[in-house]
Amino acid sequence: MDLDKTTSKYTPTFFSEHQTALYKSLEDKHTTVEVDTDDPLETQMILNMGPQHPATHGVLRIVMQLKGEKIVRSKLDIGYLHRGVEKIAENKTYQEFMPYTDRMDYLAPYSNNVAFCMAVEKIAQIEVPERAQYIRMIGSELARISSHLLWLGTMVMDAGAISFFIWTFRERERLYDIFDEIAGHRFTVSHSRIGGVANDFTEDALKSINEFVDTFPQELKDWNKLLNRNRIFIDRNKDVGVVDHEKAIELGLTGPTLRATGISYDIRKFEPYMMYNQIDFEVPSRLEGDNLARYFCRMEEMAESIKIVKQCLAKMEKGPIRVDDAKKAYPSKDEVYYSMEGLIHDFMMTDTGVCPPEGAESYHSVEGPKGELGYYIQSDGTGHPWRVKVNSPSFSNLQGLENILDGEMVADTVVIIGGVDPVMGESDK
Amino acid sequence: MGLESAMGEGYFTTTMDSLTKWSRSNAVWPMPMGLACCAIEMMAFAGPRYDAARFGSEVMRFSPRQSDVMIVAGWCSYKMSHAIRRIWDQMPDPKWCIAMGACASTGGMHRCYGVVQGVDNFLPVDVYISGCPPRPDSVLNALMKIQEKIRNEQSVLLDTNE
Amino acid sequence: MSKKNAKEQLLEDIQAYLGADLIESKDGYAFPNILINKDRLHETCRWLKNEQHFIYLVDVFGTDRFTSEDRFEVIYNMVCLRTQERLFLKIRIEEENPVVPTVTDIWKSANWNEREVFDMFGIQFEGHPDMRRMYMPEDYQYYPLRKEFPLIGVPGSIELPSTTPDKA
Repeated sequence: MDLDKTTSKYTPTFFSEHQTALYKSLEDKHTTVEVDTDDPLETQMILNMGPQHPATHGVLRIVMQLKGEKIVRSKLDIGYLHRGVEKIAENKTYQEFMPYTDRMDYLAPYSNNVAFCMAVEKIAQIEVPERAQYIRMIGSELARISSHLLWLGTMVMDAGAISFFIWTFRERERLYDIFDEIAGHRFTVSHSRIGGVANDFTEDALKSINEFVDTFPQELKDWNKLLNRNRIFIDRNKDVGVVDHEKAIELGLTGPTLRATGISYDIRKFEPYMMYNQIDFEVPSRLEGDNLARYFCRMEEMAESIKIVKQCLAKMEKGPIRVDDAKKAYPSKDEVYYSMEGLIHDFMMTDTGVCPPEGAESYHSVEGPKGELGYYIQSDGTGHPWRVKVNSPSFSNLQGLENILDGEMVADTVVIIGGVDPVMGESDK
Repeated sequence: MGLESAMGEGYFTTTMDSLTKWSRSNAVWPMPMGLACCAIEMMAFAGPRYDAARFGSEVMRFSPRQSDVMIVAGWCSYKMSHAIRRIWDQMPDPKWCIAMGACASTGGMHRCYGVVQGVDNFLPVDVYISGCPPRPDSVLNALMKIQEKIRNEQSVLLDTNE
Repeated sequence: MSKKNAKEQLLEDIQAYLGADLIESKDGYAFPNILINKDRLHETCRWLKNEQHFIYLVDVFGTDRFTSEDRFEVIYNMVCLRTQERLFLKIRIEEENPVVPTVTDIWKSANWNEREVFDMFGIQFEGHPDMRRMYMPEDYQYYPLRKEFPLIGVPGSIELPSTTPDKA
C-alpha cells in the first residue's frame, strides 16, 4: 500500500514529512498481511477524521483504515493545540503560572488550580487553613459537575438528541453565575492561590450554592429518567468500546473510563488530600467497561459531588482563608492597602514569589473530572520552577482510545470519543 | 422621489445592494472554528441564555461551504494553522472572520514557540474580540459589528465584477 | 501504620535487589524517589512489575538538568494498586548519545509518553514500536524543552500557510 495509490489525486501540501510518517505508521501498526485486489469492494479505505470536525471535542485527528464499516486499525494525531505550557512555566513564578493551569482542562478549571496549588504547597511546605480547604473542595466539586454536564450535553448531542445540549447548558449557566459570584469570572477562575484561596464566599454566593444544590438533583433525576431506559440510547451505547480491566490498567486509562471497567481507582480515596478523608462519599464503578458503563459512572459521580458539597457547606467553619506567613502567601488586601509591611510583602511575592528549597521535588495529583491530574515540580531554589510536568488524564485516555477504536464500527467512533471525554487543551499541553 | 411619485401609491424603490445586504446581514451563519476555551464560550453564545439564533445565526454550520463567517476561538498552533487556512479557502465569498479572544487576536497570554501570535498572520480578520475568554455578550457585540460591516461596506456590484 | 511498613519494606526490597546500582533514594514529600543506574533499568522495571506488583505506569517524562555530565533525566511514575504505593524511578543519561531502552514491552502505557520525551528532549528509546514525534510535526528540527531553546521559538523553523488561496 503506498501513498500515491491510496490517496489518488491528493498529495499533502503542508508538513509533508509529517503526513507521510503518520500514514506509514498506520500501515505498520500490528503488521498484518493484507491482500490488495482490484475489486473495489475488497480494498480498504483510509478515512481521515480531521482536526476540524464537529464531533471530535476539539482538535483531534484520527486516521483510520476501514474495511467496509469496521475500523481495521486507527492512529491518533494530537498536538494541534500544543503550546509549550511546560516551557512557559520555567519562566514564570509559581503564582504567575496559575492562569495557565486554568486553560489546560478548560472544562473544570478549578481542579487544575487546586492541583497546582497543592503541588507548590507540598514543595514549599505550606499549610493551608481549613476553611480554604473546604472552599477549594466545593469549587472542585462544582467544577466536576460543570465538566460532566458538558460531557453529557455533547455526548448525547452526538448520539442524536440535540435538546440535551440546551438543557445542560442552562444548568451550566447557573454554575457560571455561581463562579462569577465567587471568583469574578465565569469559568477560567484562578481562585485558588498558593497558601489558600483568593477571597471568601459572600452571602450571595452561599445562597446561590445552596439553591443550586437543592434544585440540581431533581434535574439529574429527570435526565436519568429520560436516558437510563431509553431504547435508542442503550442500543447506541451498550457493548460499544468495551475495555476489560486488565487491558485498562495496561493501557494506562484513568478516571471514569477506568472505573467503568471495574477498577475503582480514585485519588480521593487512594491518596486522600484536603479534607476528603473526613467526608462521606462513594466512588461509583461498573464492571462492563462499555460506553454505557462510562455514562452511568459519570452520572453517579455528579450525584456524589452534590453530596460532597452539601457536607462541606455544613462542616465549614469561620476562619482565615489564606496562610498568614508573608514568605509563603500573598497578604490580604487590607494589609496591602493599609500597612507598609503588607505593601512590601505583596511586592516581593509578585516579584520573586514563593521560593522552595533547592533540589526539592514534589508531585501531587488530584482527581479531576477526567482522571488523575498530577503536577510534578522540580525547584532550583528561585521563584521560578526548574521543571513543571503536567500529568494530564486526557493524554492517557487518548492513548487508550487508539486501542479501543480497533474493531469498532466507524459510526460508533463519535459516541466512543464522547464516552472517553478527552479535552485537547489538556492532552496537548 | 421622482420615480416613486410617477408610479403612484404602493411602490417603493431601493437599490439591489440594500436588499441583499439586509438579507445577508440578518442571516449570518457562523462556522465555529472552536479550538480551546473560547469554544466553550462560543457554545454558551449559541446556548439558551445568550441566544445567537435570534440574531440570524440560526445554525452553527460546521461545514465551511455553507457558512458566512468563521469564528476562530482559541489559540492557533502552527500545526493547526494550515488546517484553518484550508478551511478558510473552502468558504465561498462573501466571507468574514472574527478572531475571538486574546489568543486568536494576538497570541494572548501564550507567548511561546507553539502558538501563532495572532490569527491575522494568515487570515484576513474583520473583527477582533478581546477577553480571555470573552463573555458571550462580547461575541454578540462582534456579531452585530459584522452585521454593520455587511450593511455598510459590502457591495454586490463590486463582488460580481471581481 | 501498615502503609509505612509497606513503604519501608519496598525500599528494603529495592536495596536488596539493586545493591550498588541504587545511587540515591529520597523519601521526601511522601513518595519514594530512587535514582538507579541506567543499565539496570529494563530488568528493574520488569522486577517491579512482576514481583512488586507495580502494574500501573502513570507517567514517563524527562528533565534537562543543564549540567555538563548526565544532562538528561528520565523519570518513571508508577503505582501499585495492591499496597497503595507510588514510586518514582529516575535514570540519568548523558547528552552526546541519549539512548534509553524502552519499557513499552513491560507497560503499554509508556508508548505515547516516551514519544513525548523524544519530541521534547531528543532522547531516543531503542525498541520503541513507533518512534515519532508527539506534538510538533515531523518536519520540526528542534527539541523544545531543552534549556537552550528560546521560549519564543526559532523564527522560521515552522511554516505558516500562505495568504493566497490554494490552487489545488
